[in-house]
Amino acid sequence: MSADLSKTAVGPVEGVSLYDVDNPAPLIDPPRKRTKRSPKSARGNFELAAWLFMRLSGVVLVVLVIGHLLIQLVLDGGVSKIGFAFVAGRWASPFWQVWDLLMLWLAMLHGANGLRTVINDYAERPSTRLWLKGLLYTATVFTILLGTLVIFTFDPNIR
Amino acid sequence: MPAGTLYRGREGMWSWVAHRVTGVLIFFFLFVHVLDTALVRVSPEAYDEVVATYKTPIVALLEYGLVAAILFHALNGLRVIAVDFWAKGPRYQKQMLWAVMSIWIVLMAGAVYPVLGHAARELFGS
Ligand code: HEM
Ligand code: HEM
Repeated sequence: MSADLSKTAVGPVEGVSLYDVDNPAPLIDPPRKRTKRSPKSARGNFELAAWLFMRLSGVVLVVLVIGHLLIQLVLDGGVSKIGFAFVAGRWASPFWQVWDLLMLWLAMLHGANGLRTVINDYAERPSTRLWLKGLLYTATVFTILLGTLVIFTFDPNIR
Repeated sequence: MPAGTLYRGREGMWSWVAHRVTGVLIFFFLFVHVLDTALVRVSPEAYDEVVATYKTPIVALLEYGLVAAILFHALNGLRVIAVDFWAKGPRYQKQMLWAVMSIWIVLMAGAVYPVLGHAARELFGS
């Protein structure tokens, strides 16, 4: 392995350096370093927060959603028992109100963020991305507000 | 298949595809579900009328499908979290997928009677 390195395509790795202590190599920024010229979308830690949120909300949703399905579809006669009176009975308890509220917010935000990833992956034209995300965020805000309003204003004596 | 990839076309990719498809389906369901629940603010009759369709045999089948999607997404989601946070997670990702599928099959078998029982009674008499 004592081939003459100057004849190969690869330059000398430990050969004579162009630089030394008095003439140091120029410093190059790491590729993803944030500088004043980074675009605004790359300055913060939003994607890291979103990634973490997917995992934290996922763990909580396992309990909330599987518990919900057990109550609605399995226990006490399954789907047959559901009706206005059943909902009135459940939302008489603050415990189930908080349960449903938390499930609503976490599932909607988790699902919306998941869909944002899917749009980012498949929609390539900037205008398509903008429209799809606009639609997604509108539907998400609307659904969260409607669901929250319904829980807080539920009236068992509506008639 | 291109050489040098451990991932493409194998368990890891297909579980990712299934996780994505189930996640999107659940989101669309949830959107409709909040709308139908909002009918409790319209009138008890309106709510009960829509919920009555939830009790028909065909919709019972859809509910079974929803349970299938949720259980897979939930179990596989826990697997993804384990791959990310558990030091040995990436090494055991395949074994964990088989664990996910085994638990999923057991739970789906257990859900047949509670979710589909009333539909069977309606179709075939009790
Ligand atoms: C077919 C299966 C399902 C049935 C029969 C069902 C039934 C119900 C019922 C009767 C309510 C009224 C309140 C209560 O009793 O707690 C409700 C509310 C709710 N459910 Fe479900 N559910 C199902 C699946 C799901 C799934 C899979 C999710 C989550 C992804 C979910 C999320 C919610 C939320 C967030 C609320 C509160 C809605 C609001 O704020 O207006 N449900 N569900
Ligand atoms: C039941 C408990 C749940 C767990 C443990 C869970 C877990 C996860 C995790 C860890 C991810 C990130 C995957 C990744 O980064 O590769 C994810 C993605 C996603 N989840 Fe969930 N999730 C749950 C419930 C839900 C619900 C209720 C919805 C719908 C409202 C949903 C919709 C989505 C979507 C659309 C994605 C994006 C998929 C992708 O990017 O391929 N998930 N989930």
